[in-house]
Amino acid sequence: MNTLFDKIWDSHVVRKVEDGPTQLYIDRLYCHEVTSPQAFEGLRERGLQCFRPQQIFCMPDHNTPTHDQDKPIADPVSKAQVDALARNAAEFGLTHFGMMHPRNGIIHVVGPELGLSLPGMTIVCGDSHTSTHGAMGAVAFGIGTSEVEMVLASQCILQSKPKSMRIRIEGTLGKGVTAKDVALYLMAQLTTSGATGYFVEYAGSVVRDMSMEGRLTLCNLSIEMGARGGFVAPDETTFAYLKGRDYAPKGEDWDKAVAYWHTLRSGDDAVFDRELVFDAADIEPRITYGTNPGMGIGISEAIPAVSTIPAAGQASFLKSLDYMHFQPEEKLLGKPVDYVFLGACTNGRIEDFRAFASLVQGHHKAADVTAWLVPGSWKVDGQIRAEGLDKILAEAGFEVRQPGCSACLAMNDDKIPAGCLAVSTSNRNFEGRQGPGSRTILASPYTAAAAAITGVITDPRQFLL
Amino acid sequence: MKQPFTTLTSTCIPLPLENVDTDQIIPARFMKSTTRDEKFFGDHLFFDWRHRADGTDNPDFVLNDPAFQGSTILVAGKNFGSGSSREHAAWAIAGYGIRIVVSSFFADIHKNNELNNFVLPVVVSETFLSELFASIKADPTTLVTVDLPTQTIINQATGHSETFEINAYKKHCLLNGLDDIDFLTSDKSLIEAYEKERLGVRG
Repeated sequence: MNTLFDKIWDSHVVRKVEDGPTQLYIDRLYCHEVTSPQAFEGLRERGLQCFRPQQIFCMPDHNTPTHDQDKPIADPVSKAQVDALARNAAEFGLTHFGMMHPRNGIIHVVGPELGLSLPGMTIVCGDSHTSTHGAMGAVAFGIGTSEVEMVLASQCILQSKPKSMRIRIEGTLGKGVTAKDVALYLMAQLTTSGATGYFVEYAGSVVRDMSMEGRLTLCNLSIEMGARGGFVAPDETTFAYLKGRDYAPKGEDWDKAVAYWHTLRSGDDAVFDRELVFDAADIEPRITYGTNPGMGIGISEAIPAVSTIPAAGQASFLKSLDYMHFQPEEKLLGKPVDYVFLGACTNGRIEDFRAFASLVQGHHKAADVTAWLVPGSWKVDGQIRAEGLDKILAEAGFEVRQPGCSACLAMNDDKIPAGCLAVSTSNRNFEGRQGPGSRTILASPYTAAAAAITGVITDPRQFLL
Repeated sequence: MKQPFTTLTSTCIPLPLENVDTDQIIPARFMKSTTRDEKFFGDHLFFDWRHRADGTDNPDFVLNDPAFQGSTILVAGKNFGSGSSREHAAWAIAGYGIRIVVSSFFADIHKNNELNNFVLPVVVSETFLSELFASIKADPTTLVTVDLPTQTIINQATGHSETFEINAYKKHCLLNGLDDIDFLTSDKSLIEAYEKERLGVRG
């Protein structure tokens, strides 16, 4: 009780259905092209309009190619889906940032950077990584397409209230250990279902000290522990990030908003359904070895022995290693890497590009590695160029592509070929996630950069003096 | 209005793997459709497990096993439907003809998606689940009955049964073929009143 989650949730309850879910008011709905067309189709079939069109923002990101965006999309099926979003937005009177629009990018990168995602809000999107927006101090979670239709039609959703969990990470992160490594560590500790049914509040000194970009990465990956969402109570870091953003409140409205946002914190007497504390000193740069994000190890560690896996999970464990071409108890340092991917809603922000560039500066991309560096939005792209990171990257043999989801999920041209091993800063290492037969190792931008210049899985700390 | 749900008896498709994610249920490249064509999605259910890399059927995958053709119950290991929120996974399951998924644990976005498509997720104990897998392994014609009104699942091979949970609202919807949008759009004045009240608090 009296948690920040309770405060935000309770302040959005329109009514409680008897013996059923809560009718929850939604402040912001984001729509991308993949999970929205059937929702718009549903509205048309029912003869309904959008109830609050001004609270809904649309942009394509999954299908968009990361090159030649000024030309029509070559894949006709991708093009049809992207075009359908533009048509639906126009028909229902919604704001739409199409391809090449200066505000286009991955929806979970764009929302925060435009100040569309604000503290205290409820935010949904037909995308499980909507949890990202929790970094702003919002209750944000992914929904299905039927639920997108509900929000389009009523600005509400029916949901049972999740339980609350607080995860505190105390201490100071070591050299080369990032928010991504913290998240990969938490997933390995909790497994991919350990936080199912919960909403997570991230707290502790590590989270307080994190930049907004780091918090966005951490909250982005909440779903990979099974949590519907995760958030960080807003603080001065949040307010400084938001001030002056395109859609953030201005003038008197800003002062009023900040006064309200200051009240958004869990009470000292808050009671969580579950509370976990971790020590930052236990976290080293992390990599995954299997086919779900919870199958991770410290970069210097070995894959677990079969005997350490509970009996019911052994078949899945062995299937996973068979897919990855790895053996139990094997270390992964030194394994040759074919592809490196920097980007996605997880690690496609300016800080991720700064980290990657800082590590590769003065080195050169390994000859047999293909590297895809994909900014999360045009704004990030602009910042990369304004800071001269593009030049550092070019000198090291790397090219910056155009914004989009890219190789995170193989819905556009950027697919990892079958059998190839990729070190990827994205969020999922599921079988075939980056293309049929692709083998994915999830890691931070530093670890991806170290693999890109050495051509093998490498502890990035040796390059960070 | 959808097809209401009451009681169903069927053989079961066993999938004794844990953490089956929605990327496996329906790979992303099949999500480019702009219509809710359940047959299309059903045809691509577990596509990359059903097919070998050369595109031919994978005879080792359970959906290609003649013993389980026509089954309307899928039985899966714990944490079924993890990962992506894609409702296409629920459309694929429904489109294939599956009406019930039994597991000891579901990822919650996927569970909601199943319910919103009149596929019933039935949560059973680990013990019930492992016994059911054993029953199906011993005899693929093992029947399971799921009765929504009494919230009961019965393994006909052993006679063992369990009750399962579902909230009263959703149960009513399933039994009567009603969906949430009918409910939410039935009275917008409540939503307008909420908006008006909150403006005063938050600006």
